[in-house]
Amino acid sequence: MGDVTPLWEVFIRPRNGLAHKHVGSLHAADEALALSAARDVYTRREEGTSIWVVRSEAIAASDPARAGENFDPAEDKIYRHPTFYKIPDDVGHM
Amino acid sequence: MYSQGLIGADSRTEETDEFLAAFQARIDAEEKIEPTDAMPEGYRRTLIRQIGQHAHSEIVGMLPEGNWITRAPSLKRKLALLAKVQDEGGHGLYLYSAAETLGVTREQMTEELHSGKAKYSSIFNYPALSWADMGAIGWLVDGAAIMNQVALCRCSYGPYARAMIRVCAEESFHQRQGYEIMLTLCSGTKEQKEMAQDALNRFWWPALMMFGPHDGDSAHSEQSMKWKIKRFSNDALREKFINATVPQAEFLGLTVPDPDLKWNEEKGSYEHGDIDWDEFWRVVKGDGVMNRERVQMRKDAWENGAWVREAALAHAQKRTAKVAAE
Repeated sequence: MGDVTPLWEVFIRPRNGLAHKHVGSLHAADEALALSAARDVYTRREEGTSIWVVRSEAIAASDPARAGENFDPAEDKIYRHPTFYKIPDDVGHM
Repeated sequence: MYSQGLIGADSRTEETDEFLAAFQARIDAEEKIEPTDAMPEGYRRTLIRQIGQHAHSEIVGMLPEGNWITRAPSLKRKLALLAKVQDEGGHGLYLYSAAETLGVTREQMTEELHSGKAKYSSIFNYPALSWADMGAIGWLVDGAAIMNQVALCRCSYGPYARAMIRVCAEESFHQRQGYEIMLTLCSGTKEQKEMAQDALNRFWWPALMMFGPHDGDSAHSEQSMKWKIKRFSNDALREKFINATVPQAEFLGLTVPDPDLKWNEEKGSYEHGDIDWDEFWRVVKGDGVMNRERVQMRKDAWENGAWVREAALAHAQKRTAKVAAE
Protein backbone atom coordinates (compact mmCIF):
# COMPACT_ATOMS: atom_id res chain seq x y z
CA MET A 1 0.00 0.00 0.00
CA GLY A 2 2.96 2.35 0.54
CA ASP A 3 3.00 5.55 2.58
CA VAL A 4 0.66 7.53 0.36
CA THR A 5 -3.02 7.54 1.34
CA PRO A 6 -4.77 5.78 -1.55
CA LEU A 7 -7.27 7.30 -3.96
CA TRP A 8 -10.93 6.19 -4.13
CA GLU A 9 -13.68 6.92 -6.63
CA VAL A 10 -17.04 7.86 -5.13
CA PHE A 11 -20.45 6.86 -6.53
CA ILE A 12 -23.72 8.18 -5.10
CA ARG A 13 -27.31 7.00 -5.59
CA PRO A 14 -29.36 10.25 -5.48
CA ARG A 15 -32.52 8.35 -4.53
CA ASN A 16 -33.94 4.87 -4.83
CA GLY A 17 -34.85 4.04 -8.40
CA LEU A 18 -31.73 5.73 -9.81
CA ALA A 19 -28.30 4.20 -10.43
CA HIS A 20 -25.20 5.12 -8.47
CA LYS A 21 -23.38 7.87 -10.37
CA HIS A 22 -19.72 8.88 -10.24
CA VAL A 23 -19.36 12.16 -8.33
CA GLY A 24 -15.64 12.50 -7.71
CA SER A 25 -12.74 11.05 -5.77
CA LEU A 26 -10.97 11.33 -2.44
CA HIS A 27 -8.04 9.97 -0.44
CA ALA A 28 -8.57 7.60 2.50
CA ALA A 29 -6.61 4.86 4.24
CA ASP A 30 -9.37 2.21 4.07
CA GLU A 31 -12.97 1.65 2.98
CA ALA A 32 -14.51 2.72 6.29
CA LEU A 33 -12.67 6.06 6.25
CA ALA A 34 -13.40 6.46 2.53
CA LEU A 35 -17.15 6.03 3.14
CA SER A 36 -17.08 8.43 6.04
CA ALA A 37 -15.14 11.07 4.06
CA ALA A 38 -17.43 10.57 1.03
CA ARG A 39 -20.43 11.28 3.25
CA ASP A 40 -18.85 14.53 4.48
CA VAL A 41 -17.50 15.70 1.12
CA TYR A 42 -20.26 14.68 -1.29
CA THR A 43 -23.58 14.53 0.62
CA ARG A 44 -23.78 17.77 2.62
CA ARG A 45 -27.05 18.72 0.92
CA GLU A 46 -29.08 15.51 0.72
CA GLU A 47 -27.41 14.46 -2.53
CA GLY A 48 -27.75 10.77 -1.83
CA THR A 49 -29.25 7.78 -0.07
CA SER A 50 -26.39 5.37 -0.75
CA ILE A 51 -22.62 5.60 -1.36
CA TRP A 52 -20.19 3.25 -3.10
CA VAL A 53 -16.43 3.72 -2.88
CA VAL A 54 -13.99 1.85 -5.14
CA ARG A 55 -10.21 1.99 -5.10
CA SER A 56 -9.23 4.01 -8.19
CA GLU A 57 -6.53 1.51 -9.10
CA ALA A 58 -9.19 -1.25 -9.29
CA ILE A 59 -10.89 0.44 -12.27
CA ALA A 60 -9.93 -0.81 -15.73
CA ALA A 61 -10.52 1.79 -18.44
CA SER A 62 -10.64 1.66 -22.23
CA ASP A 63 -7.67 3.18 -24.02
CA PRO A 64 -8.50 6.75 -25.15
CA ALA A 65 -6.06 6.36 -28.06
CA ARG A 66 -8.32 3.59 -29.40
CA ALA A 67 -11.57 5.51 -28.92
CA GLY A 68 -11.97 5.74 -32.70
CA GLU A 69 -11.81 2.02 -33.44
CA ASN A 70 -13.86 1.23 -30.32
CA PHE A 71 -16.76 3.61 -30.75
CA ASP A 72 -16.87 4.93 -34.30
CA PRO A 73 -18.16 1.65 -35.86
CA ALA A 74 -21.53 2.28 -34.17
CA GLU A 75 -21.87 5.59 -35.97
CA ASP A 76 -23.15 4.28 -39.34
CA LYS A 77 -25.33 1.49 -37.98
CA ILE A 78 -28.52 3.46 -38.13
CA TYR A 79 -30.47 0.24 -38.72
CA ARG A 80 -30.10 -0.38 -34.97
CA HIS A 81 -32.52 2.46 -34.30
CA PRO A 82 -36.31 2.20 -34.61
CA THR A 83 -36.62 5.25 -36.85
CA PHE A 84 -34.70 3.39 -39.63
CA TYR A 85 -37.81 1.31 -40.39
CA LYS A 86 -40.72 2.82 -42.29
CA ILE A 87 -44.13 1.77 -41.01
CA PRO A 88 -47.27 3.39 -42.50
CA ASP A 89 -49.10 5.73 -40.12
CA ASP A 90 -52.24 3.62 -40.57
CA VAL A 91 -50.63 0.79 -38.62
CA GLY A 92 -50.81 2.95 -35.49
CA HIS A 93 -48.29 3.26 -32.70
CA MET A 94 -45.57 0.62 -32.70
CA MET B 1 -8.41 31.93 -6.14
CA TYR B 2 -9.64 32.46 -9.58
CA SER B 3 -7.80 34.82 -11.91
CA GLN B 4 -4.88 35.00 -9.54
CA GLY B 5 -4.60 31.26 -10.07
CA LEU B 6 -2.55 31.92 -13.18
CA ILE B 7 0.22 33.70 -11.30
CA GLY B 8 3.39 31.73 -11.92
CA ALA B 9 1.78 29.56 -14.59
CA ASP B 10 4.10 28.39 -17.36
CA SER B 11 2.25 27.91 -20.64
CA ARG B 12 5.34 27.27 -22.79
CA THR B 13 4.88 24.20 -24.90
CA GLU B 14 7.08 22.28 -27.32
CA GLU B 15 4.74 20.11 -29.35
CA THR B 16 4.62 20.07 -33.16
CA ASP B 17 2.50 22.64 -34.96
CA GLU B 18 0.20 19.87 -36.21
CA PHE B 19 -0.45 18.60 -32.69
CA LEU B 20 -1.10 22.09 -31.34
CA ALA B 21 -3.42 22.94 -34.24
CA ALA B 22 -5.41 19.72 -33.78
CA PHE B 23 -5.74 20.45 -30.05
CA GLN B 24 -6.81 24.04 -30.73
CA ALA B 25 -9.42 22.78 -33.20
CA ARG B 26 -10.96 20.63 -30.44
CA ILE B 27 -10.99 23.64 -28.09
CA ASP B 28 -12.52 25.89 -30.76
CA ALA B 29 -15.23 23.27 -31.37
CA GLU B 30 -16.10 23.59 -27.63
CA GLU B 31 -15.07 19.99 -26.94
CA LYS B 32 -14.20 19.29 -23.32
CA ILE B 33 -10.73 17.89 -22.64
CA GLU B 34 -10.71 14.87 -20.29
CA PRO B 35 -7.78 13.56 -18.19
CA THR B 36 -6.58 10.81 -20.53
CA ASP B 37 -6.79 12.95 -23.70
CA ALA B 38 -3.61 14.12 -25.41
CA MET B 39 -2.93 17.75 -24.44
CA PRO B 40 -0.03 20.20 -24.79
CA GLU B 41 2.32 20.16 -21.80
CA GLY B 42 1.76 23.90 -21.42
CA TYR B 43 -1.99 23.32 -21.09
CA ARG B 44 -1.39 20.64 -18.47
CA ARG B 45 1.11 22.76 -16.50
CA THR B 46 -1.10 25.84 -16.60
CA LEU B 47 -4.09 23.89 -15.29
CA ILE B 48 -2.08 22.15 -12.56
CA ARG B 49 -0.88 25.56 -11.39
CA GLN B 50 -4.28 27.24 -11.60
CA ILE B 51 -6.40 24.43 -10.11
CA GLY B 52 -3.81 23.80 -7.38
CA GLN B 53 -3.74 27.48 -6.41
CA HIS B 54 -7.52 27.60 -6.53
CA ALA B 55 -7.64 24.61 -4.16
CA HIS B 56 -5.09 26.23 -1.81
CA SER B 57 -7.24 29.38 -1.77
CA GLU B 58 -10.26 27.39 -0.62
CA ILE B 59 -8.27 25.69 2.13
CA VAL B 60 -6.44 28.81 3.37
CA GLY B 61 -9.77 30.65 3.02
CA MET B 62 -11.13 28.54 5.87
CA LEU B 63 -8.75 30.23 8.32
CA PRO B 64 -10.03 33.85 8.62
CA GLU B 65 -13.62 32.67 9.08
CA GLY B 66 -12.83 29.57 11.12
CA ASN B 67 -11.31 31.94 13.64
CA TRP B 68 -14.74 33.57 14.23
CA ILE B 69 -16.89 30.45 14.68
CA THR B 70 -16.60 30.45 18.48
CA ARG B 71 -17.40 34.18 18.59
CA ALA B 72 -20.48 34.18 16.34
CA PRO B 73 -23.16 36.41 17.91
CA SER B 74 -26.00 33.86 17.70
CA LEU B 75 -26.58 30.15 17.15
CA LYS B 76 -28.00 30.87 13.66
CA ARG B 77 -24.84 32.74 12.66
CA LYS B 78 -22.65 30.03 14.15
CA LEU B 79 -24.44 27.28 12.20
CA ALA B 80 -24.17 29.27 8.97
CA LEU B 81 -20.47 30.00 9.48
CA LEU B 82 -19.69 26.38 10.35
CA ALA B 83 -21.52 25.21 7.23
CA LYS B 84 -19.71 27.78 5.09
CA VAL B 85 -16.25 26.88 6.39
CA GLN B 86 -17.03 23.17 5.91
CA ASP B 87 -18.06 23.94 2.32
CA GLU B 88 -14.75 25.71 1.67
CA GLY B 89 -12.92 22.59 2.86
CA GLY B 90 -15.06 20.51 0.50
CA HIS B 91 -14.37 22.88 -2.38
CA GLY B 92 -10.65 22.57 -1.75
CA LEU B 93 -10.99 18.78 -1.95
CA TYR B 94 -12.98 18.81 -5.22
CA LEU B 95 -10.29 21.03 -6.70
CA TYR B 96 -7.32 18.99 -5.45
CA SER B 97 -8.98 15.93 -7.02
CA ALA B 98 -9.43 17.78 -10.32
CA ALA B 99 -5.73 18.78 -10.30
CA GLU B 100 -4.68 15.21 -9.48
CA THR B 101 -6.28 13.99 -12.73
CA LEU B 102 -3.47 15.90 -14.48
CA GLY B 103 -0.75 13.84 -12.86
CA VAL B 104 0.24 15.91 -9.83
CA THR B 105 -0.05 14.35 -6.35
CA ARG B 106 -1.81 15.81 -3.33
CA GLU B 107 1.50 15.60 -1.45
CA GLN B 108 3.31 17.66 -4.13
CA MET B 109 0.65 20.36 -4.03
CA THR B 110 0.68 20.48 -0.24
CA GLU B 111 4.46 20.74 -0.25
CA GLU B 112 4.35 23.64 -2.74
CA LEU B 113 1.84 25.53 -0.62
CA HIS B 114 4.00 25.10 2.48
CA SER B 115 7.24 26.08 0.73
CA GLY B 116 5.63 29.18 -0.78
CA LYS B 117 6.20 27.96 -4.34
CA ALA B 118 2.44 27.83 -4.93
CA LYS B 119 0.32 30.87 -4.13
CA TYR B 120 -3.25 31.32 -2.96
CA SER B 121 -5.59 34.27 -3.29
CA SER B 122 -4.10 37.46 -1.87
CA ILE B 123 -7.40 38.25 -0.13
CA PHE B 124 -6.75 35.74 2.65
CA ASN B 125 -3.63 37.58 3.74
CA TYR B 126 -5.78 40.35 5.20
CA PRO B 127 -6.90 39.93 8.81
CA ALA B 128 -10.56 39.48 9.84
CA LEU B 129 -10.72 41.99 12.69
CA SER B 130 -14.39 42.20 13.64
CA TRP B 131 -17.65 40.28 13.27
CA ALA B 132 -18.60 42.67 10.47
CA ASP B 133 -15.71 41.17 8.48
CA MET B 134 -17.70 37.90 8.33
CA GLY B 135 -20.39 39.90 6.56
CA ALA B 136 -17.95 41.67 4.24
CA ILE B 137 -16.10 38.45 3.38
CA GLY B 138 -19.29 36.58 2.48
CA TRP B 139 -20.70 39.50 0.53
CA LEU B 140 -17.55 40.77 -1.26
CA VAL B 141 -15.02 37.94 -1.24
CA ASP B 142 -17.48 35.18 -2.05
CA GLY B 143 -19.25 37.58 -4.42
CA ALA B 144 -16.01 38.15 -6.34
CA ALA B 145 -15.24 34.44 -6.22
CA ILE B 146 -18.65 33.52 -7.66
CA MET B 147 -18.16 36.02 -10.50
CA ASN B 148 -14.95 34.21 -11.43
CA GLN B 149 -16.18 30.71 -10.79
CA VAL B 150 -19.37 31.00 -12.82
CA ALA B 151 -17.11 31.85 -15.76
CA LEU B 152 -14.93 28.81 -14.98
CA CYS B 153 -17.93 26.44 -15.19
CA ARG B 154 -17.36 26.58 -18.96
CA CYS B 155 -13.61 25.92 -18.74
CA SER B 156 -12.34 23.57 -21.47
CA TYR B 157 -10.95 21.07 -18.95
CA GLY B 158 -13.78 18.73 -17.95
CA PRO B 159 -12.86 17.89 -14.33
CA TYR B 160 -12.25 21.58 -13.49
CA ALA B 161 -15.52 22.66 -15.08
CA ARG B 162 -17.43 19.93 -13.21
CA ALA B 163 -15.86 20.92 -9.88
CA MET B 164 -16.80 24.56 -10.56
CA ILE B 165 -20.43 23.69 -11.27
CA ARG B 166 -20.65 21.96 -7.91
CA VAL B 167 -18.83 24.79 -6.12
CA CYS B 168 -21.07 27.48 -7.64
CA ALA B 169 -24.23 25.61 -6.68
CA GLU B 170 -23.03 25.44 -3.08
CA GLU B 171 -21.54 28.89 -2.86
CA SER B 172 -24.52 31.16 -3.47
CA PHE B 173 -25.58 30.78 0.16
CA HIS B 174 -22.16 32.05 1.22
CA GLN B 175 -22.70 35.43 -0.38
CA ARG B 176 -26.28 35.74 0.84
CA GLN B 177 -25.44 34.94 4.45
CA GLY B 178 -22.67 37.57 4.31
CA TYR B 179 -24.98 40.22 2.91
CA GLU B 180 -27.57 39.35 5.54
CA ILE B 181 -24.97 39.96 8.27
CA MET B 182 -24.25 43.38 6.70
CA LEU B 183 -27.99 44.15 6.50
CA THR B 184 -28.46 43.29 10.16
CA LEU B 185 -25.51 45.46 11.22
CA CYS B 186 -26.66 48.35 9.03
CA SER B 187 -30.12 48.34 10.57
CA GLY B 188 -28.67 48.17 14.08
CA THR B 189 -27.03 50.80 16.30
CA LYS B 190 -24.75 53.56 15.03
CA GLU B 191 -21.72 51.58 16.25
CA GLN B 192 -22.87 48.47 14.41
CA LYS B 193 -23.29 50.39 11.17
CA GLU B 194 -19.82 51.87 11.65
CA MET B 195 -18.45 48.33 12.00
CA ALA B 196 -20.06 47.42 8.68
CA GLN B 197 -18.62 50.53 6.98
CA ASP B 198 -15.19 49.81 8.42
CA ALA B 199 -15.30 46.24 7.08
CA LEU B 200 -16.31 47.50 3.61
CA ASN B 201 -13.49 50.07 3.74
CA ARG B 202 -10.91 47.38 4.44
CA PHE B 203 -12.20 44.67 2.05
CA TRP B 204 -13.29 46.70 -0.99
CA TRP B 205 -9.88 47.15 -2.64
CA PRO B 206 -8.53 43.69 -1.78
CA ALA B 207 -11.76 42.24 -3.25
CA LEU B 208 -11.13 44.11 -6.53
CA MET B 209 -7.56 42.73 -6.55
CA MET B 210 -8.95 39.18 -6.45
CA PHE B 211 -9.61 39.46 -10.19
CA GLY B 212 -5.88 39.73 -10.81
CA PRO B 213 -3.77 42.29 -12.71
CA HIS B 214 -5.14 44.50 -15.49
CA ASP B 215 -5.49 42.67 -18.81
CA GLY B 216 -2.42 44.41 -20.27
CA ASP B 217 -0.26 43.24 -17.34
CA SER B 218 -1.59 39.72 -17.04
CA ALA B 219 1.26 37.63 -18.42
CA HIS B 220 -0.54 34.33 -18.95
CA SER B 221 -4.03 35.48 -19.77
CA GLU B 222 -3.81 35.45 -23.55
CA GLN B 223 -2.80 31.81 -23.93
CA SER B 224 -5.31 30.77 -21.26
CA MET B 225 -8.10 32.57 -23.08
CA LYS B 226 -7.09 30.85 -26.33
CA TRP B 227 -7.21 27.45 -24.65
CA LYS B 228 -10.51 28.45 -22.99
CA ILE B 229 -9.11 27.75 -19.54
CA LYS B 230 -10.42 31.21 -18.76
CA ARG B 231 -13.21 32.72 -20.78
CA PHE B 232 -13.42 36.33 -19.60
CA SER B 233 -10.65 38.82 -18.99
CA ASN B 234 -9.70 39.99 -15.49
CA ASP B 235 -10.92 43.53 -16.15
CA ALA B 236 -14.22 42.40 -17.65
CA LEU B 237 -15.02 40.30 -14.58
CA ARG B 238 -13.88 43.07 -12.20
CA GLU B 239 -16.19 45.53 -13.95
CA LYS B 240 -19.10 43.10 -13.75
CA PHE B 241 -18.45 42.69 -10.02
CA ILE B 242 -18.35 46.44 -9.39
CA ASN B 243 -21.56 47.01 -11.35
CA ALA B 244 -23.34 44.32 -9.33
CA THR B 245 -21.95 45.36 -5.95
CA VAL B 246 -22.20 49.17 -5.85
CA PRO B 247 -26.05 49.17 -5.79
CA GLN B 248 -25.91 46.54 -3.02
CA ALA B 249 -23.70 48.89 -0.95
CA GLU B 250 -26.13 51.75 -1.61
CA PHE B 251 -29.01 49.58 -0.40
CA LEU B 252 -27.10 49.05 2.85
CA GLY B 253 -26.55 52.81 3.16
CA LEU B 254 -22.78 52.30 3.03
CA THR B 255 -20.18 54.25 1.04
CA VAL B 256 -17.80 52.46 -1.32
CA PRO B 257 -14.31 53.73 -0.35
CA ASP B 258 -13.38 55.01 -3.80
CA PRO B 259 -13.72 58.79 -4.33
CA ASP B 260 -13.13 58.30 -8.07
CA LEU B 261 -15.95 55.81 -8.53
CA LYS B 262 -18.42 57.18 -11.06
CA TRP B 263 -21.16 55.91 -13.32
CA ASN B 264 -20.36 56.13 -17.03
CA GLU B 265 -23.70 56.55 -18.75
CA GLU B 266 -22.29 55.86 -22.21
CA LYS B 267 -20.65 52.57 -21.21
CA GLY B 268 -23.48 51.64 -18.86
CA SER B 269 -20.84 50.77 -16.31
CA TYR B 270 -18.90 52.15 -13.33
CA GLU B 271 -15.39 53.55 -13.60
CA HIS B 272 -13.17 52.99 -10.60
CA GLY B 273 -10.11 54.68 -9.15
CA ASP B 274 -6.56 53.31 -9.38
CA ILE B 275 -5.87 49.98 -7.72
CA ASP B 276 -2.71 49.87 -5.60
CA TRP B 277 -0.82 47.20 -7.57
CA ASP B 278 2.31 47.62 -5.43
CA GLU B 279 0.27 46.46 -2.46
CA PHE B 280 -1.15 43.59 -4.55
CA TRP B 281 2.26 42.25 -5.55
CA ARG B 282 3.64 42.72 -2.03
CA VAL B 283 0.82 40.59 -0.64
CA VAL B 284 1.06 37.96 -3.41
CA LYS B 285 4.81 37.66 -2.83
CA GLY B 286 4.41 36.99 0.88
CA ASP B 287 4.48 40.36 2.57
CA GLY B 288 0.85 40.80 3.56
CA VAL B 289 -0.20 41.17 7.19
CA MET B 290 -1.22 37.52 7.52
CA ASN B 291 0.92 35.56 5.00
CA ARG B 292 3.28 34.01 7.53
CA GLU B 293 0.56 33.11 10.00
CA ARG B 294 -1.69 31.54 7.36
CA VAL B 295 1.05 29.30 5.94
CA GLN B 296 2.28 28.42 9.43
CA MET B 297 -1.22 27.28 10.40
CA ARG B 298 -1.39 25.03 7.32
CA LYS B 299 2.03 23.57 8.13
CA ASP B 300 1.03 22.96 11.75
CA ALA B 301 -2.20 21.27 10.65
CA TRP B 302 -0.25 19.02 8.26
CA GLU B 303 2.47 18.13 10.76
CA ASN B 304 0.18 17.71 13.77
CA GLY B 305 -2.11 15.48 11.72
CA ALA B 306 0.72 13.27 10.44
CA TRP B 307 0.30 10.69 13.21
CA VAL B 308 -3.39 10.29 12.35
CA ARG B 309 -2.61 9.62 8.68
CA GLU B 310 0.17 7.20 9.64
CA ALA B 311 -2.02 5.37 12.17
CA ALA B 312 -4.89 5.05 9.69
CA LEU B 313 -2.55 3.62 7.04
CA ALA B 314 -0.90 1.23 9.52
CA HIS B 315 -4.33 0.01 10.65
CA ALA B 316 -5.44 -0.54 7.04
CA GLN B 317 -2.22 -2.43 6.23
CA LYS B 318 -2.58 -4.62 9.31
CA ARG B 319 -6.17 -5.51 8.39
CA THR B 320 -5.19 -6.31 4.80
CA ALA B 321 -2.39 -8.58 6.04
CA LYS B 322 -4.77 -10.32 8.46
CA VAL B 323 -7.35 -11.00 5.73
CA ALA B 324 -4.59 -12.32 3.46
CA ALA B 325 -3.38 -14.72 6.20
CA GLU B 326 -6.85 -16.20 6.82
